[in-house]
Amino acid sequence: MPALALCFWLQGFGAASADGLAPLTGQPGDPARGEALLLDMRRVSCLICHEISTLDERDQGQIGPALDGVASRLGNMELRQRIVDARVINPDTIMPPYYSLTGLVDVADRYRGQTIYDAQEVEDVVAYLLTLTEEPNR
Amino acid sequence: MRRRCLSALLAIAFCLPVAAEEPRSGYSYMEPATQAMQDDDFLNPGFFLVDEGLRLWRQPMGPTGQSCADCHGPVDREMKGVAARYPVLDAGTGKLVNLERKIQLETARMGAEPLAYESPETVALTTLISYQSRGMPMQPEIPPQLQPFLDRGRQIYEQRRGQLNLSCPQCHVDHAGDKLRGDVISQGQVNAFPIYRLLWGEPGTRHRMFEWCMQSIRARPFERGSDEFIELELYLVQRGAGLMIEAPGVRR
Repeated sequence: MPALALCFWLQGFGAASADGLAPLTGQPGDPARGEALLLDMRRVSCLICHEISTLDERDQGQIGPALDGVASRLGNMELRQRIVDARVINPDTIMPPYYSLTGLVDVADRYRGQTIYDAQEVEDVVAYLLTLTEEPNR
Repeated sequence: MRRRCLSALLAIAFCLPVAAEEPRSGYSYMEPATQAMQDDDFLNPGFFLVDEGLRLWRQPMGPTGQSCADCHGPVDREMKGVAARYPVLDAGTGKLVNLERKIQLETARMGAEPLAYESPETVALTTLISYQSRGMPMQPEIPPQLQPFLDRGRQIYEQRRGQLNLSCPQCHVDHAGDKLRGDVISQGQVNAFPIYRLLWGEPGTRHRMFEWCMQSIRARPFERGSDEFIELELYLVQRGAGLMIEAPGVRR
């Protein structure tokens, strides 16, 4: 019985494995909503640090790797893991954890106890990133 | 013997922290138009603080009717180089003080109305005194008793914090020169303060900038004028030692 419960847990939402993280919710992500989120700079947009050349946004960052064609390099579980908490892959990463409160220090009152994205927003952004299959024509 | 010396030297060199950076003023990351604004005292929007500071320097304060100038003499002679070596240990209180705190302590000693940490008067006097060191290298004196303050400052600098879980060096060391959105990240040096910041449309101190940075990563900032921020300031002055004082600087 405990083994069965463990199996169920392993197949449950947000379960981690070597390949990344399973979906956080039962509702598939919406790529259009993900794109809209990315273009909203008040929401700690990916574009602050990453570039997506197909998007119509002038001020894009160069801190992290460009996300053009990212879906040809990473699957949905790997992408989700990197957004939720990239420290699992590299403890020293500069990438903020979008859906984890683990180890956070001195968070401003306004944001304490909150993650950057909620679970469905993570799914939406993953769904959008999965549409980035093409390397840009430079 | 010589070989042994050489290998000892090499051993020391390899023990040094990797990527020991050459300090680089925020000035060098700025648009030419912003640089030109700082370079011309008539265009520099922070320069009025020097004049305002000079007025305050000569203004009688407190019941004795004395001014800063009455005891210290001419500011351009007596305050030359002072800002370049602050923060220092204050003999009277035994605390680490920066210029703003020292000015507060001194005016309190004169029995004057207490100046708030970032009152226009404090910022003006800080700018006046910093301006007397313009063109001189930041050169903090770190006697052994200052080491614990410096260590705490470094800890604050290196602590990841806030909802974005970032430390200062993750951006200002690892990514200085890279674009964050439309802006280039600087090394976060403090040699130009107080600055006139175009984004604020007004002048600000080192601690106001620390606060702004911490708010940007959604962290709870320390108070301006707090021991923590002065320790961080000491660490940053030491980190940027050798950079020329630019006060009053202009930044975007």
